[in-house]
Amino acid sequence: MEEFFQQLTNGLAVGGIYALIALGYTMVYGVMKLINFAHGDLFTIGAYLGLTLLVSMGLFDKIGPLPAVILLAVMVMILVAIIGAMLERVAYRPLRQSPRLSAVVSALGASIFFQNAIMAIYSPKFLVYPHDILPKSAVNILGLDIPIMRIILFMSSVVLMAALYFFIQKTKIGTAIRAAAIDQGAAKLMGINVDRVIMLVFCIGPALGGAAGLMVGLYYGQINFNMGWMFGLKAFTAAILGGIGNIPGAMVGGLLLGVIEALGAAYISIAWKDAIAFCVLILILIVRPTGLLGERVAEKV
Amino acid sequence: MTLLSIDNLSKSFGGLMAVNEVSFDVEAGSIVGLIGPNGAGKTTVFNLITGNYQPNTGTALFDGQNLVGLPTHTIVERGIARTFQTIRLFQNMSVLENVLAGGHCRMHAGALAAMLRTPTQRREEQESLRLAMAELEFVGLSNEWQNKAKNLSYGNQRLLEIARALASKPKLIVLDEPAGGMNDQETQDLIRLIRCIQDRGITVLLIEHDMGLVMRVCSSLVVLEHGAKIASGTPAEIQANPRVIEAYLGVDSE
Amino acid sequence: MKPSTLIYAAFALAMPFCPIFLNAYWTDVFNNVGLYAILALSLNVILGHAGLFHMGHAAFYAIGAYTTAIINTSYGIPVLWTMPLAGILAGIFALIVARPIIHLRGDYLLIVTIGIVEIVRIALINNVFDITGGANGIFGISRPTIFGYRISKPDQFFYLIWGFAAISIFLLLRLEHSRFGRALMYIKEDEVAAGGSGINVAQHKLTAFVIGAVWAGMCGTIYASKMTIIAPESFSFAESVILFTIVILGGSGSIPGVILGAFLLVGLPEVFRGLAEYRMLVFGAAMVLMMIFRNQGLLPPGPKNYDITSLLPAGGRK
Repeated sequence: MEEFFQQLTNGLAVGGIYALIALGYTMVYGVMKLINFAHGDLFTIGAYLGLTLLVSMGLFDKIGPLPAVILLAVMVMILVAIIGAMLERVAYRPLRQSPRLSAVVSALGASIFFQNAIMAIYSPKFLVYPHDILPKSAVNILGLDIPIMRIILFMSSVVLMAALYFFIQKTKIGTAIRAAAIDQGAAKLMGINVDRVIMLVFCIGPALGGAAGLMVGLYYGQINFNMGWMFGLKAFTAAILGGIGNIPGAMVGGLLLGVIEALGAAYISIAWKDAIAFCVLILILIVRPTGLLGERVAEKV
Repeated sequence: MTLLSIDNLSKSFGGLMAVNEVSFDVEAGSIVGLIGPNGAGKTTVFNLITGNYQPNTGTALFDGQNLVGLPTHTIVERGIARTFQTIRLFQNMSVLENVLAGGHCRMHAGALAAMLRTPTQRREEQESLRLAMAELEFVGLSNEWQNKAKNLSYGNQRLLEIARALASKPKLIVLDEPAGGMNDQETQDLIRLIRCIQDRGITVLLIEHDMGLVMRVCSSLVVLEHGAKIASGTPAEIQANPRVIEAYLGVDSE
Repeated sequence: MKPSTLIYAAFALAMPFCPIFLNAYWTDVFNNVGLYAILALSLNVILGHAGLFHMGHAAFYAIGAYTTAIINTSYGIPVLWTMPLAGILAGIFALIVARPIIHLRGDYLLIVTIGIVEIVRIALINNVFDITGGANGIFGISRPTIFGYRISKPDQFFYLIWGFAAISIFLLLRLEHSRFGRALMYIKEDEVAAGGSGINVAQHKLTAFVIGAVWAGMCGTIYASKMTIIAPESFSFAESVILFTIVILGGSGSIPGVILGAFLLVGLPEVFRGLAEYRMLVFGAAMVLMMIFRNQGLLPPGPKNYDITSLLPAGGRK
């Protein structure tokens, strides 16, 4: 039982990261019907920028761990958001009227570009986050020793998701994003600046992805130029699992995938961990092709 | 002889009853019009007949066999061809290729025969080209055979859809608003064309808003309102039916 | 004769003489181009003609290569004899995995096919059924022999690979200009209209998958015997992406386009080997630019020829 709960909490922590990345996929898909294949690499960029800022500014010594992490997260999110917006402007905006496949290929190209840019700027090797900056201790909750980092990780993703949910549901801009996701043409007629909405989506998604990258760097301690690929694929799986285009769906899908994967790795086989995620995805799509929370749309004839 | 017999057909989308217990028969060799105000469920009935939607209840007997549950392509094979209300041509392909699509279900050569280019396969290809050109000639588009479908005028696109449907050698052709977007001259030509289709021994079931066309060309009519059948009969009977007049013109009930 | 026909004829005539002018290294580059060209042509049936977003083609390739490797190393059956079986097993695998997912919409199909190629790779790494050799793969696969003539040098492989490519091109061109090929194009253009015209959409999509897989499987045989050692990493998602990109950049649905795409994507990077570090960087940027300025690919499919002059009415001849 102990093992089960350990894996459960571990799954939730990793699932939170999947969910944060999945939100970027799902929001972009919701508004533009595009799979942003470069999103996983924006996540990687977040991890690398986090490392650079961490090492170069020496924040932990100056202001203490908690404010340092928060400040770091804010800076990473802003920087990755800017890169995300630039990506949209350069690689996707010219393709709005093109067939969907074109945008998919453009996204793949952007992904290859980012990966190789990171490799050229940093190095193809694994880089290591300073490992003595965060608490290693565990807290005892209901007789269970849970590493404090795991809790911080999970709480951070929950806070970010809650903030996004509030933003999308309660603010005027959030309403505009939801409107544009339902019907771009109608949103335009209602006076919504769809270009701005898309730009904004390409800031919010990458910002969350970048934050996830930083969190992974801090949690696992080492980062690699192509780490965004597996994380991106899993997060995208999570987005589809929840129903792509659906924001709560991405959150649920991410957490669910994290838990399934952790339990699968523990009880089935660690070697098949990555395959488990994909098997679940395929099964869900066969049974319910629009994901768990996705709406069923009848083909219009 | 009854070619198509619709019995108690119902279809709901969510809570909305789009088609509610509709029954009617189509006699072989006749031209039947399905009319009714916008949103009456006419196209849904068509989609139920052609297998694009599955009904909740009811049957559609064609040549004595139930169509319900069959996939669209099998229904075409059985002998029902259709056109679409919103034109659905293969826009980037040539006019000829569009008609060849209709002939597909009457051909047999598979992928292997195509790679080996067997004599049967070659004969079949040649024959399908001949049939496709004949159908284009029939609707008057043979000069356009090389053109891309999207470059045709709206009226000609409707004709091309009819040619494609005819190429599948149907017993029954189902036309969804064939005169939509046509000018007067084109509509006159269409009326002649529909009669020619009938002369070929093909039964016609059509949806149309152009009452002039419907009254002139149809031998019997079925009127739908809010998904339910409210009347059926000859054009003259329908024109005199108070229930139909009410449905079309509306009656001040307050 | 159209200028394009002349260029294709010149290409076909010039190819057999290439090994005479190329050194071993460049002949090998051409061999790789040839392998990728055949693979991309097989993907083209699925992606280019039927319009199915399939990004897991390396899975079928892997099944073929492993079939050959296992049968050859365990039972000593000559590699080329295993080719039909490699194709058939890849085809059966495609049939089994594609059947339940064939109705999925574009993007969903894309992610599922990525999932399939990943599952296959992980299965190979985990030494599934104890026959795949795990992460190290299988080594000691024999070279092919044709009528007792052993093929081992790059220029010998050149004729094997490009000979197979020529046969593939010949057959796939015929396939394209047939009832089956047209059916795939109708499906790509408009699935509902295709079904409404009497085309069995699901069956044709499945057949496209199977044909593509059979070809990829046979390619796997050649690859295994060329390398004599195969490992799971050769069949990763990245390979699938390269194949996908060859088809799209070359011209989706166009056989000459796909071959050009293979030359550009596999051959061109070799030219810039000195700039190895920035090569892929430029490649990524080029993909983006290509989609912005020429999204139909370099050589998109042209209109098809139909010989109907005998059928035209007297007044209708153009």
